[in-house]
Amino acid sequence: MWQGLYEELAGENFIVIAVAMDSREADALPWIEAAKPTYPTLIDREHRLADLYGVVNVPQAIWIDEAGRIVRPAEAAGAYEGFRRMNRTTREMPEDAAQLTAQAKTTYLDAIRDWARRGAASEHAFSAEAARAHLPALTDDTATAQAMFRLGQFLLRHGEPEEGQRWLGEATRRHPDSWCIWRQSAGKNDLGLAALPDFWARVEALGANRYYLPVDMKGMP
Amino acid sequence: MATVLTERGEFDVTTARASGEDLWLSARDAAESTGWVLKPEGLCKDETCVPLPRGREGEFARGEQVNVAALWRHLGQPLVHSDRGHAWVLATSARERAAALRSLEAPDFTLPDPSGRQHSLSDYRGKKVFLVTWASW
Repeated sequence: MWQGLYEELAGENFIVIAVAMDSREADALPWIEAAKPTYPTLIDREHRLADLYGVVNVPQAIWIDEAGRIVRPAEAAGAYEGFRRMNRTTREMPEDAAQLTAQAKTTYLDAIRDWARRGAASEHAFSAEAARAHLPALTDDTATAQAMFRLGQFLLRHGEPEEGQRWLGEATRRHPDSWCIWRQSAGKNDLGLAALPDFWARVEALGANRYYLPVDMKGMP
Repeated sequence: MATVLTERGEFDVTTARASGEDLWLSARDAAESTGWVLKPEGLCKDETCVPLPRGREGEFARGEQVNVAALWRHLGQPLVHSDRGHAWVLATSARERAAALRSLEAPDFTLPDPSGRQHSLSDYRGKKVFLVTWASW
């Protein structure tokens, strides 16, 4: 998905690192083999990026400058929730929802280009103060949830599905805002997606709340 | 025998003895898996030393054994274990994680690519890094 952007910006001292939040490596491999990216693609089976950076959904991205400083903390990477208005049989999206989804993607990609070319001078690179103001909240509950998730995944890998699933459920109760924990743990449809009726019920329950938290970027819906 | 999962990785500790909410490791295994070293002044990691609470020293250390679970509770860090005590996650507190993020220095990590090669974020220092997550699910 990011290959074109990576190639376009390769001369700008810019690199993409894609991290699959997949606890079973085998689930991620076909996607990587199909995309054949030339940038690093890493497998994060224990969701370490959730623990370290507060990632709660995918795609979320973090922008890091040449000095290793965070200039944009974890946020939705050009994703928009047009899918919530999709017809779940035909998979068609109403025109306006499709337009907003496309707008989110274009806006985000243009912002990355601007940052890659102009660095700190880009209006999309946060000042230190603004970057801190946009950090996700890490709490005792979120940290404990990530520990429970790690324990649950360990048990799943070691042939103890019942107790493993129980810890994943505990992790969701501690950190209900994490779609990473919930979707990794949930049942999957025939496409391998956690999009069974329980997913749609959970999305419906969001009401006016966002599935992808709003991104503070000019032009972003 | 127990598996101890920490910031430093996953350790199969043959000398581990789990009992209820306690996890006793040899001082050497405790140091290797958690970074906390038993010293005359208490338990120490890097420049930080935590004196053993007076009168409760035996909850934390006995001879060359360290109760890393008691240490974790004392430090207020997240700790969870499997029902039968054969797997323990000794995690890092939200306070420490949040402070790391507030410094804006991107926390380093090491993860494998599909060929098994390990990559650290710090390997890419000197470039602008677009660190993006995705998933099959």
